[in-house]
Amino acid sequence: MIKNMLKTCSLVSLALSFFMLISASAFAKDTVRIGVEGAYPPFSKTTKDGSLEGFDIDIAKALCKEMDVECKLVKQDWDGIIPALLAKKYDAIIASMSITDDRKKKVAFTNRYYQSPARFIHKKGEKAEISKEGLKGKSVAVQRGTVSDKFITGEFGDEVDVKRYGTQEEAYLDLNAGRVDFVFADAFVLLEYLNSDKGKDYEFIGDSYTDPKYFGEGIGIALRKQDTELKEKFNKAIKSIRENGTYDKIRKKYFDFDIFGKD
Amino acid sequence: MDFSIIIDNLPLLFKGLGLTLQLLIISLVIGFFLSIPLAIMAASKKPWMSLPVKIYIYIFRGTPLLIQVFIIYYGFSQFEWLRESPLWVIFKQAYWCAIIAFTLNTAAYTAEIFRGAILQTPKGEIEAAQACGMSRFDQYRHIILPSALRRSIPMYGNEVIFMLHATVLAGVITLVDLFGAAKIINSRYYAPFESFISAGLFYLVITFTIVFIFKLAEKHFLKHLEQ
Repeated sequence: MIKNMLKTCSLVSLALSFFMLISASAFAKDTVRIGVEGAYPPFSKTTKDGSLEGFDIDIAKALCKEMDVECKLVKQDWDGIIPALLAKKYDAIIASMSITDDRKKKVAFTNRYYQSPARFIHKKGEKAEISKEGLKGKSVAVQRGTVSDKFITGEFGDEVDVKRYGTQEEAYLDLNAGRVDFVFADAFVLLEYLNSDKGKDYEFIGDSYTDPKYFGEGIGIALRKQDTELKEKFNKAIKSIRENGTYDKIRKKYFDFDIFGKD
Repeated sequence: MDFSIIIDNLPLLFKGLGLTLQLLIISLVIGFFLSIPLAIMAASKKPWMSLPVKIYIYIFRGTPLLIQVFIIYYGFSQFEWLRESPLWVIFKQAYWCAIIAFTLNTAAYTAEIFRGAILQTPKGEIEAAQACGMSRFDQYRHIILPSALRRSIPMYGNEVIFMLHATVLAGVITLVDLFGAAKIINSRYYAPFESFISAGLFYLVITFTIVFIFKLAEKHFLKHLEQ
């Protein structure tokens, strides 16, 4: 009898310790903190109840799942998004950040997770020509510090009045108010605006710009330079969500065209 | 640390400095001249005179300047009637929106400073003026205002410095003031330390100049109060 009880006891304790071991390893699941912007629809936006959604957000969650880590999203304004990474406020930036040589001086990048052209929009029916001549004296709104900002400043800076905004939404407000003639930004982002009620009177004009001198190697995940292991993990995860169909499922939710280009 | 970035971009910073000083001086001058009648009204014993001004002062002192700037720049531009009215010539430009916001803000604070000083005018001085048969207007012109404005100099000096620091808000509505220039440099080179420390140094130099000017003014105008 006693022997039996002892046996049960030891079995229970064995099971218990085994259970604790499992749960301990479950709790030990690594956490990766990811900096996101939350004000760049449709890639990331903050909903009315304060939660985050968008392509970047879904990709971030899918990559975390693929890497089997806990995901913690940290919202950060664009202006301070790289300094906050370097200050270890989070470990990676998934915020539609273009891979450029300038940025590479400060941070490391994974391979691209999408690629996108930049375009102009303006009021429907207004006569305009996108060229150095045609843009003389016109004003163009861009988000400060983005590749669109650099492209306009570099290619049209002498001809046009470049107005720089802290967020894309402020640029739209001034387009609606008639304070600027054009907004120049990522074509996807503009598409979302054109499809919205506020943007219905505006349309694309001119070519798509993908000049690698400005727009670089596509959009990547920025990491601190010393975190090489995390970079490899992200690269592997990007590859596997591309292969297992998760990527396309997320992409279809937001865009009805390819946004990755050739593998 | 790479201060060659700053040296390359000094022209941009100096241009920003010019705009900062312009915004500061224009809004301070207009604000000062608005604040004197406002202060007199606020100091009045008649509620129909003082109440509207007190409400205005309460609103502009009670809300952050950033919100005032956003309402005037982004908020007002939402109204189609404003965009179609002749006023749009002014409101269309970030420059004038900033000046309107800064002016209304500094006028409110300055009016409050002057109102306090007017109320603290020694009774004897006013009684003496009345005994001489001065009208209310003459009392204000020759006795109350000169004395109140002099006594306000130290407080007003503070307000000028606060306004200088408040002009950074121009940078959030597309203007390239000193802070706006620093933000552009930061966004181009990802050098927050270099760009903001340089802008900070510019502000320090302006602040010291303002302090120095007000020291001189105090020496000159407040000599009779020295012990």
